[in-house]
Amino acid sequence: MSDTVEQPPRKSLWIRHQAIERNSIFLLLGILIVVSIGGLIEIAPLFYLRGTIEKVEGMRPYTPLELAGRNIYVREGCYLCHSQMIRALRDETERYGNYSLAAESMYDHPFQWGSKRTGPDLARVGGKYSDEWHIAHLKDPRAIVSQSVMPGYPFLAQTPLPTKAITDHLSANRKVGVPYSDDMIANAEADLKAQANPDDPNVAAFQKRYPNAQVRKFDSETATITEADALVAYLQMLGTLVDFKLYDDKANLR
Amino acid sequence: MDSATLKKSMTVSEMALMVIFGCLAFLCLFIAGKSDEPGYAFHAGLSAIASAAAVFFLFNRYFDRPAASPPLEINGKPNYNMAPVKFATIAALFWGVAGMTAGLWLALELAFPGLNFDQSWLNFGRLRPLHTSAVIFAFGGNVLIGTSFYVVQRTCRARLAGQLAPWFVVIGYQFFIVIAATGYLLGITQSKEYAEPEWYADLWLTVVWVAYLLVFLATIWRRKEPHIFVANWFYLAFIVTIAVLHLGNNIAVPVSLFSGKSYIVWAGVQDAMFQWWYGHNAVGFFLTAGFLAIMYYFIPKRADRPIYSYRLSIIHFWALIFIYIWAGPHHLHYTALPDWAQTLGMTFSIMLWMPSWGGMINGMMTLSGAWDKLRTDPVLRMLVVSVAFYGMATFEGPLMSVKAVNALSHYTDWTIGHVHSGALGWVAFVSFGAIYCLVPWLWNKRELYSLKLVNWHFWISTIGIVLYITAMWVSGILQGLMWRSYTALGYLEYSFIETVAAMHPFYVIRALGGGLFLAGTLIMVFNVWMTIRMREDLATADDAGTRPVLQPAE
Repeated sequence: MSDTVEQPPRKSLWIRHQAIERNSIFLLLGILIVVSIGGLIEIAPLFYLRGTIEKVEGMRPYTPLELAGRNIYVREGCYLCHSQMIRALRDETERYGNYSLAAESMYDHPFQWGSKRTGPDLARVGGKYSDEWHIAHLKDPRAIVSQSVMPGYPFLAQTPLPTKAITDHLSANRKVGVPYSDDMIANAEADLKAQANPDDPNVAAFQKRYPNAQVRKFDSETATITEADALVAYLQMLGTLVDFKLYDDKANLR
Repeated sequence: MDSATLKKSMTVSEMALMVIFGCLAFLCLFIAGKSDEPGYAFHAGLSAIASAAAVFFLFNRYFDRPAASPPLEINGKPNYNMAPVKFATIAALFWGVAGMTAGLWLALELAFPGLNFDQSWLNFGRLRPLHTSAVIFAFGGNVLIGTSFYVVQRTCRARLAGQLAPWFVVIGYQFFIVIAATGYLLGITQSKEYAEPEWYADLWLTVVWVAYLLVFLATIWRRKEPHIFVANWFYLAFIVTIAVLHLGNNIAVPVSLFSGKSYIVWAGVQDAMFQWWYGHNAVGFFLTAGFLAIMYYFIPKRADRPIYSYRLSIIHFWALIFIYIWAGPHHLHYTALPDWAQTLGMTFSIMLWMPSWGGMINGMMTLSGAWDKLRTDPVLRMLVVSVAFYGMATFEGPLMSVKAVNALSHYTDWTIGHVHSGALGWVAFVSFGAIYCLVPWLWNKRELYSLKLVNWHFWISTIGIVLYITAMWVSGILQGLMWRSYTALGYLEYSFIETVAAMHPFYVIRALGGGLFLAGTLIMVFNVWMTIRMREDLATADDAGTRPVLQPAE
């Protein structure tokens, strides 16, 4: 590199650096190498170090209805005001519940940890409030919590949920590594409808495919399956999959 | 002229672009017809129209242009191509006003939530990415593209490479912004902060960005000077690294060709790490390295002094780009990210303080011997104050990356305040300074229409920033303390909603600060507009080799 510059034998680093200052390709390669190091060292081990993702019982892929609800959560930008990541700090675990595990977001494409809490953390909001509470709160947050600054989402309960495309969504998730079985993908649309209707004949088969999935009419105000059904189904399962009475955190020390 | 003897023929790139855009128009039309998703179909339709328009303009340009391509030099002096720079400058002003208006609206929504009006497209969650993308990528991006095309030509004494390519970059970039921005309002997002555009917008940006890199590099290859000027190192690092980050963070599998929705290949903790590796280095390379290039060119130019220390700039450059990349995990303290990664992120974030301040000192000390100009030249004052804000924000950043501090500051408005002291104080001010320098240079005027208005802009905006960041310090620290506050009996003292209610006065003050900042920007737009319209063209400035001599203001 340095032999392009003719100089007396002992060349200072400043002189040697001129080779880079004079050659755009050296400069380009130098930049690429220098900016690659940190990223590689911090990211690559996360894919092979055991213990990065804890071994837990209970994690399963999202049901079709939950996945549709999650997509609405993403679409409306809920993550911009609500985190889904309880930090390992005393006040947070007392306010929200057990600190979040990496395993709990192992099927999340993309993750929804968030970066701001204009509203409270939602990592374990599942089961905290009733469906009716969620439906009314989404429609008009200040009718439930007068000092809330959350926008109202009355349109969710008025918008029917498109059901047909859900099969493709499950397939796309499988391509990025979520373990949806052929069975799950083949029955995606039927499963979506079954979860929102306890009288549906497919309920038993659905619950076998997705253990512990909650089946009911989430938005009981309307007959059709709406976006509000899907979103509430998603909110009501958040943080409920891992049973922390059985979870052994000593086994996952890292 | 020899153009009469030359037979006009279509260049290979003209033909290739016409064929590509023609095919693209039909493909987009086909997708628009087949897609079930209205938002995506709208984007496909828009792309079809834009592609057809591109074919039309390419034809038009071919019929209008002279047979010979423009000369690289006229009378031994470089024949600069400044039209794309002008375009990007005007675009930056437009998007700046749009993005800041969106920001003001968001601030008001948080203070007065009724302003969401229960509309999907107007709610905070959809408008917020519009604000961040518009100010960072649309305003900041156009400033960077515009200034980089200016600086690389001037410092290399060479005409911008390519004839269609620079236009492809600036116009293609605007199209990306339109797709991204309308997408957010329609709810099309992949929810990765500062990388919200979906797969098809990402693909388009990749093509535009590669063209940008090639135009920039090829212009450097034309240089007359053996050395590549410092500012160009920073521009190059910005362009190359943003390409790497963009590719790493956006690898996704679309649901189908007829769906705008995709699923990112990374999951959970790995996705979080990828996201903040991207997110923090969007700050490091887009909002820092790129704008440092502006500092390294415009401050010496405006102050008429050489850079303080060339060796310091070498150290600054390599140390900054090496260390920045590691800082991402400080966004994930105490989360499910493994501790070793958090500790690495914190350690490097603290080390980052040194190169940041090295750069600040290099910029500031460039004024040695010319400090008196701060009193007389409001444009230079804006540039220098921007560097001061840079110093402040890059001290606050390492402080907040310390885990014990972050435990309090994370998830609160302190982060928002920190971002804005960097974004308003550093990025926007250095951009304003650069635009105030550029406009008279580009449109051949002796000086701006009014330096007095620059002064007004400076003070109004500075007061706006101070209101903004102090309000956010107070609200952020207050909320952080309220969340962790315990009663004497050992119970949490405040419910969450009590901490929300406590934020109200600060949200009002913040909106006021944002309003002042926007007012300052509108003053600038008026000033720039009047400067361009001013009737005292400099006859000598038509001569491409010279630039209007800068006079100290009186």
